[in-house]
Amino acid sequence: MTSLTLYDKLWNSHRVADMTDGSSLLYIDLHLLHEVTSPQAFSNLRRAGRLPWRSRSGIATPDHNVPTAGRDLGLAGFIDPLARRQVAALEKNCADFSVPIFPLDDLRQGIVHVIGSEQGLTLPGMTVACGDSHTTTNGALAILALSAGSSEVEHVLATQTLRTRKLKNMAVEVDGLFAPGVGAKDLALHLIGRIGTAGGIGHAIEFRGTTVDAMSMEARMTLCNMSIEAGARIGVIGYDALTEAYVHGRPFVPTSKMWELANARTEDLRVAAGVVRGRHVHSRIKQALVIPGSGLVKLQAEREGLDEVFLNAGFEWREPGCSMCLGMNPDRLQPGERCASTTNRSFEGRQGRGGRTHLMSPAMAAAAAIAGALVDARGV
Amino acid sequence: MRGGFEMQPLTHHEGIVVPMDRGNIDTDALLPKQYLKSLESRGFGTFLLDDERYLDPGELDTTPASRRENPQCVLNMPVYRRASVVLARANFGCGSSREHAVWALRDFGIRVLIAPSFGDIFFTNCFNNGLLPIRLPQSVIGHFFAQCRQSHGVTASVDVARRELTLGDTHLVFDLDVGRQRNLLQGLDNIGESLALTPTIRAYETARQLSEPWVFR
Repeated sequence: MTSLTLYDKLWNSHRVADMTDGSSLLYIDLHLLHEVTSPQAFSNLRRAGRLPWRSRSGIATPDHNVPTAGRDLGLAGFIDPLARRQVAALEKNCADFSVPIFPLDDLRQGIVHVIGSEQGLTLPGMTVACGDSHTTTNGALAILALSAGSSEVEHVLATQTLRTRKLKNMAVEVDGLFAPGVGAKDLALHLIGRIGTAGGIGHAIEFRGTTVDAMSMEARMTLCNMSIEAGARIGVIGYDALTEAYVHGRPFVPTSKMWELANARTEDLRVAAGVVRGRHVHSRIKQALVIPGSGLVKLQAEREGLDEVFLNAGFEWREPGCSMCLGMNPDRLQPGERCASTTNRSFEGRQGRGGRTHLMSPAMAAAAAIAGALVDARGV
Repeated sequence: MRGGFEMQPLTHHEGIVVPMDRGNIDTDALLPKQYLKSLESRGFGTFLLDDERYLDPGELDTTPASRRENPQCVLNMPVYRRASVVLARANFGCGSSREHAVWALRDFGIRVLIAPSFGDIFFTNCFNNGLLPIRLPQSVIGHFFAQCRQSHGVTASVDVARRELTLGDTHLVFDLDVGRQRNLLQGLDNIGESLALTPTIRAYETARQLSEPWVFR
């Protein structure tokens, strides 16, 4: 008897039709959009005289090129006119096509991979599509999260389906407990070191084992976020009591009551604050930035006084967005500069032409800021 | 036709092969972030491999003629300025989903890419723009690079219908599933084809609304 994996089950439950070319149409429950990969899709819809199949299935937010300072000025606070134009285009496209949006000044604005789960928009058993390779983040909630190019974004808008091919299954089983100071980002980087940046090509990875079982939802998202860095277009983790507890009571979850900001993905900030508390950024460090994942993460951290911890230590406490994860906004490296970064990609020039990126966990990045060098966080 | 753009069919192609001899050429390298601020899906050809191709940094509104070319970059060698086939190592097009990387290759004039493996999203994006990525074993790729080293300006020819590739002294048949082959040959409109199944999609959606109403807010 052949047993089905979680990926197989999610695939089967969303398969609308098999096409003659070997691909299948998968129904998309939720479509996340941002300002960078959607303008061409909306333009093509207009040109072809098509409308979105189900506008309400979308949720958009500007995140990729938004500045992390001067946000009280709104679009006028953008020093980059091209970025401003792109965010304005997203707002107009969403208005024209009735796609819901968390705009720049909305407390729910944030990184597109953060806002969905935070609001209870991305829920277990769903398919979620987004024109971004780190859509895999949502896989932590037992979601089939599909990364798309702009043509595919257009296809989802027009047909509510994604035309895609079944991947092979790959299980990554991790057992045991993390030692103190070691976390999901360390595990993800270790895994990529083991299987290589192309190790997951053609595969959907399911992360499982006692380590994964014991991980927080935030940590599971970090792990799934990094799937694409191992070459896998899909990363997924099974549903359990933790998934249920995480989802429970979030704003868009049916029958939800008012949601208290008890656990708004501030875990990483808490860890980093724990390292820097009562210390100061080393004089060798040119700039130490903290960028919360969303407006609500920022608010929760401020309620816990974490902003004060960072500010007292000499960090800048910024507004939410993708920021230096891809360096489209004004935050970026100059030639010759190095960054201890909690982001996910260390491609040459990604954080700024001529700069170099060292990927690490929040604890390690915080420790590097204090020590003025790359050090083992467990010794700080 | 997709969104009013004619997707050029690809039946036969012959062109100069530009060797990009390193692995993991990511989509950030193919088209750096600053160009993603464009609202268009055309006009990226002069920015292909931008960081490597120019000695000075550029922006979307920089005049290409004002930039200093890096003579070390293959794309700046006279023989490769008209290249239309890319030869690369493993995991070509990995990383970011930006279709802009494929648009940059297409706008430069590239129609065919040959490598041992490609990033999954990039691979799909290629077909959605009428580009043909061909996966071949490492040994064959190694031989192709050797030929490109011996003589600059080696040409490759591809017959999509017969799935045949000729490069230098090598002639082979490559894998290409019939569906993608058909789409390349005819320049088909994926969205139009999918919308032809509107009743099927509606039926699925109605059933899902009944069984999983929580999905539909």
